[in-house]
Amino acid sequence: MSLLSTLARLEAVRAQRAQPLATVRHRHLSDRPMVLVPLAAAGEAGAPLAVLLGTDRREPRLHFVPQPLNRTQRSEFLAAVAREVVPYLESFGDEVELLEGSEKDPVSGEKVPVVRELCADAPQLIVPNAGGVAHLALLGRSTRFRRTVEDPDPGEYPSPTEVPLLGRWLTHLTDRAQVPGSSMLLAMTGLLARHWATGQSNLEDQHLAARLAWHLPPAGLEPPALGAEAAEWVESARDGEGLLLHPPAGPATDPKFDERVLAPAILRHDAAVAVRERAGAARDDAEVRRAAALVERAHAELARVLLSATLPAWHDVWNGVDLLRALPPAGHLPDRWEGDRWSFTMHRERVAAGEPPQPRRDDAVTAARKLAQREREQAKLEIQEALDDPLAMAERRLAGEAFAGEVVDVVPEWSEGRSPKPRPLLVVRTGDRPHADPGREVHRAHAEPAQRAEIVSSAPGEVVVRLLSGMGRRRDPEPGSVPEPGSTVVFTLFELAPRQSAPLPEPADTPWTHGGPPVAVEDAPAGADEWE
Amino acid sequence: MNVSHLGQATPPLRRLSELRGPAPQRSLDARALAALAANPGCRRRALLDAAGVDKVALAQRLGRPAPFGQSPFAIRRGLLFESRLKRDGYAVLLEPLRRRLGVPAEEVSSLAVPDLLPAASPAVRAERTAAALAEAAADPSAWTLLDHPLLRLDVAGSPAYLEPDALVVHAGRCTVVEIKSFPVLDGSADPANVGAAARQAAVYVLALQEAAARRAGLPLSEDPYAVQELPGAPELTVLLVCPKDFSAQPVAVPVDVRRELAVTRRQLSRMTRIEQLLAALPEGVTFDLARDGSGAPTRPAGELAEAVAAVPAAYAPECISTCELGFHCRSQARCAGAVEQLGRGVRGELGSLRTVEEALAAAEPGAAAGPEPEPAGGSGPDEASGRLAYAARLRAEALGGVR
Amino acid sequence: MTQHMDSSSGPVTGRQDAAAEPAPGEAADRAVAGILDAVVRPAPGAPRGVVVDSPPGAGKSTLVVRAARELVGAGERLMIVAQTNSQVDDLVDRLATKASGMSIGRLHASDSKPAPEALRHANVTAKDKVADLLEQDVVISTAAKWQWVRTEQPWRQAIVDEAYQMRSDALLAVARLFERALFVGDPGQLDPFTVVGTDQWAGLSYDPSSSAVVTLLAHNPAIRPHRLPVSWRLPASAAPLVSAAFYPYTPFRAGTGPDDRTLRPGLRGDGSAVDAAIDEAAATGWALLELPARHTVRTDAQAVAAVAATVRRLLDRELTAHSEQGSAPLTPGRVAVGTAHRDQAAAVRAELARLGVPVDPAAGECVTVDTANRLQGREYDVTVVLHPLSGRPDATAFHLETGRLCVLASRHRHACIVVARAGIPELLDDHPATEPVQLGVAVKFPDGWEANHAVLSHLAEHRVRL
Ligand code: SF4
Repeated sequence: MSLLSTLARLEAVRAQRAQPLATVRHRHLSDRPMVLVPLAAAGEAGAPLAVLLGTDRREPRLHFVPQPLNRTQRSEFLAAVAREVVPYLESFGDEVELLEGSEKDPVSGEKVPVVRELCADAPQLIVPNAGGVAHLALLGRSTRFRRTVEDPDPGEYPSPTEVPLLGRWLTHLTDRAQVPGSSMLLAMTGLLARHWATGQSNLEDQHLAARLAWHLPPAGLEPPALGAEAAEWVESARDGEGLLLHPPAGPATDPKFDERVLAPAILRHDAAVAVRERAGAARDDAEVRRAAALVERAHAELARVLLSATLPAWHDVWNGVDLLRALPPAGHLPDRWEGDRWSFTMHRERVAAGEPPQPRRDDAVTAARKLAQREREQAKLEIQEALDDPLAMAERRLAGEAFAGEVVDVVPEWSEGRSPKPRPLLVVRTGDRPHADPGREVHRAHAEPAQRAEIVSSAPGEVVVRLLSGMGRRRDPEPGSVPEPGSTVVFTLFELAPRQSAPLPEPADTPWTHGGPPVAVEDAPAGADEWE
Repeated sequence: MNVSHLGQATPPLRRLSELRGPAPQRSLDARALAALAANPGCRRRALLDAAGVDKVALAQRLGRPAPFGQSPFAIRRGLLFESRLKRDGYAVLLEPLRRRLGVPAEEVSSLAVPDLLPAASPAVRAERTAAALAEAAADPSAWTLLDHPLLRLDVAGSPAYLEPDALVVHAGRCTVVEIKSFPVLDGSADPANVGAAARQAAVYVLALQEAAARRAGLPLSEDPYAVQELPGAPELTVLLVCPKDFSAQPVAVPVDVRRELAVTRRQLSRMTRIEQLLAALPEGVTFDLARDGSGAPTRPAGELAEAVAAVPAAYAPECISTCELGFHCRSQARCAGAVEQLGRGVRGELGSLRTVEEALAAAEPGAAAGPEPEPAGGSGPDEASGRLAYAARLRAEALGGVR
Repeated sequence: MTQHMDSSSGPVTGRQDAAAEPAPGEAADRAVAGILDAVVRPAPGAPRGVVVDSPPGAGKSTLVVRAARELVGAGERLMIVAQTNSQVDDLVDRLATKASGMSIGRLHASDSKPAPEALRHANVTAKDKVADLLEQDVVISTAAKWQWVRTEQPWRQAIVDEAYQMRSDALLAVARLFERALFVGDPGQLDPFTVVGTDQWAGLSYDPSSSAVVTLLAHNPAIRPHRLPVSWRLPASAAPLVSAAFYPYTPFRAGTGPDDRTLRPGLRGDGSAVDAAIDEAAATGWALLELPARHTVRTDAQAVAAVAATVRRLLDRELTAHSEQGSAPLTPGRVAVGTAHRDQAAAVRAELARLGVPVDPAAGECVTVDTANRLQGREYDVTVVLHPLSGRPDATAFHLETGRLCVLASRHRHACIVVARAGIPELLDDHPATEPVQLGVAVKFPDGWEANHAVLSHLAEHRVRL
């Protein structure tokens, strides 16, 4: 943790409320995000139990698996979720921008103009925490290979067609979520952590309600309170039956809830279903009707308890959205969001083109490409955040990677040679202490066009730099391109444009060191065999 | 997994049993081993564990119960999983072992599963395990599975019992088997979970190495990475058995625990001896909950808290997920204003500043003037303060309009 | 992915058969001869790669120069991949000196100039386009630059230096440039790293963030790594400790005996703790100069001052280093200071300058002061190390990284003086090792926590309190 964020945490301890870590919002927030609060069934990897989802905070919609071990019910649940989520995702494909570009013709090798579609907007899913993202990834992995009724060999338990489609989207979104600065799938705890410090540790901040308790008094706490006391209350306060007053935000449920509430409710539902089936087998109409009512009641009861287990987190996520919306958006958000739009557009095209689902494992080249992309985006994110937010720049200044100050003197000088170019010296008064040895290249923040300089000397309180570029082509600098005495400047020791990544071979050209070209292993579609 | 202590009433053992009071002695389970690995330097935890105190009940009585529990769904799933494993004569376990050891398939004829007297007292069970292990190791061609054996290990000078899930003995050597509920998905598993399992298994391997050395009348090798060439000695690669992908089908994966073994040996050798912890304890301290006839604790919580406070702790936020006393120790750390409440990492930048108030005072505008002081100039604390003040100045400047 | 685990599961023990061991020179010669055979005269059907694990100071650079000369001598065009520009420049300098008949191309990025040491040779040509260097016997550049090279005609032979520091994805990008390659490196040094999430590839044989050698070996099980078994740099006092603490799975030994190296002060100590530490180090090869326990910030002024004072006295006391290579006075160029962080190095440099110790390379021979990362591959007679955990209130993964301490503790030919505040063992106890474990990833290194303890418990026997 950096000293600045430690300081913010210390301040939060004293104030017993969250303290800002950013002056602007560094992640894109959609006007129409979809919030999901997924719950998993205990004991089994990625087994879905329920999800509360929707785009309208007043209208959360609950889907659940009445008997989490029942494959058919699980399939129905996934199909129902798919029918909510997939149309939401696809709705963003309706409006597209047409962009003109060029592409190399694979045959002639000549550049030919092409028009590409870019979706005007992209979807955004928000889950409570990192566990929620991981759960969606597991769901994606477990559903994208499912066989459907449309398969030539549908297997014993074919899924509705939407299910593998949902799996492919979830896989794409969770993969994209690994890209630094991307905003198509976000965890609320991560969003809040980027923008505010609490007076507790990172580990405790993973509990959404506990971390929100540093912003807003938790619902139900009397008298209302903030900070450590409120956080501890949401973490641990239980009612007479031993149930948490504020259930966790999932995907894991509280074991006590499983034991005291959920297991009995599932049992009652199972029993009611069994009665109905027996009655059905016995062709006892009256009994069937009575049992159907029982099933309905048991179903409603399950819905009630699962809603009570997810609704607090639902409100917590939306409260978090409110907090974030109150921050002004950072300047570079549209730029990064465009990356998300491309990512969305391209996946939509792959689906439309009938390409197979993402493989279980990336091949060597794909993995290396993804890593290169993430590193590039990480570098870009760090640069953009520093430029967008003085508090992010302060981190860099504290680390000696940038300095800010007032220009106290400008000495006009020129380069030697036949056509001398301006090389003015700037004397900058600063309280910062950059790790700047003479000769080191530095970059002027917010300069348009980009401007390079080099350190001439650096002493406590004063740094002298020589501007090297960005002053036009003539002997005298373009007006306004050299800062005036009295103006404030920021120079960074890091470059302000991320470096390109080196080219990688095509997967078909994977070299011997990496096992040669990947052998096309059919990812066998999964039937019922995977889940039991 | 159970750990309990030998019944000889040497003075430290007598004192430990006084600490516990008349309550039955608690065992060290997987969680206790994890807590030991996560915070070996905490004397409070070390002493409570050595005394076999019921930390769950203690935390409850202190008013901040531990948040741990197991869902009935998880328990049911675990049972289903273990029954799968036993099906087909443990083929899931034996197959990978056979391949590793290069034993042809037809040579694995029958697997002996001796009775380890699970209902007997710990001392008897440990002896029975030792005898069964020696017997199994004596016949190099035999395959033997010891189901929930009981091993003895000295922890900080106080003997403890451990219960691995299973041992497979073949060719005179044994392999520790750890059964876990997290899945191996497409060949990989959560590294944090695997790490924890490896650390747990390393404790069993160490106990087995000590036992083998004891039997042979030899000291344990100086080199923690050395393979022990003694009858019944453990392999340094254990078998982790997990559900495969999304199924309840078990898959066994080898995990090399040499690294964890070296760490465990070092940790145990560095633990403060229990006698020393006891000696530092004021007269009369006990963690006895003084349960009444119905089993309800009657000991006033305040008194109990004082007894707990008599043993120094080393709180860090990691405690919350590993130690039953986590919430209690956190509230103490918060009351004291200790900076550790924010995480082990925050102290790195704060030098000798130990409390929130001290650190904030150092960050005050007047506390240290001017730019960051010369690195080689001032002495330590001032320098930390200087950096804090510098950070505070940058922060105030950046937040200018916001606050 | 479990199969590549199995391939690495051969029996490994920490024991050595002392009785049957040949003399170090003989063992090393045999190893080198085997390697050169495999590289220059591969048997038909032999794997396309040769991997050489080289512990600190085991003659890796000499091996690279010899392999280059023999390959060029056999009529091969050769490309060499190193990881940093300074490694490339070093290698160019060494190769140009040792093989003046060889034409050497130094391929560099358009925005970075090679170091003067590399350019001072008549047989070196530096260009930023590979097309201008195709006629050279040897072309040397960084992996980062090679990745951008397009060529129609790949090289038949490559040498990849510091291969353990190269990332798998970098090898993926450059492997198209050569048919066969010799990979040399030190498995115990700092691993390659990335700042972004890579968990999804963990355990994959071609995890792009893992070391190039790990990937190579996983995909080419026929490659059996060679090992240079003898450290010529580390003295008899250091090799056993470094081997046991950092290379427990692949032990090595010192090439020299306890009496082959001596370090003698010309002037007697003045009774100070600093001089006592110097005497201890001169006599035993190690010293721990221990300051009173205290939590400090990184640039602990007192520790920095102690480091600087030690260097000052090392130079003032006119030490002479006798070794199998002869006797030489301990001059500033033979002394290095190692730190964990850049700001610590800067503070030490400032303090040394204040004491009149030369630290500016531009001004002539000087004491090297640098971080572990930058000292990798370097060698000095005496090193003074500011312990990465000195004065720290916490021990992060960065500070516990096995490679960091390994680099700092294995740069010296005679003696190493560690400056630290008391209390590090206790600090370690409060920050236990909880390293995650990836299935299917072979364990190559000990745990950093344990290695730190192992080194400290050895140093405790050479403690001088300040
Ligand atoms: S919770 Fe308390 S007793 Fe348990 S390990 Fe942490 S500090 Fe020690």
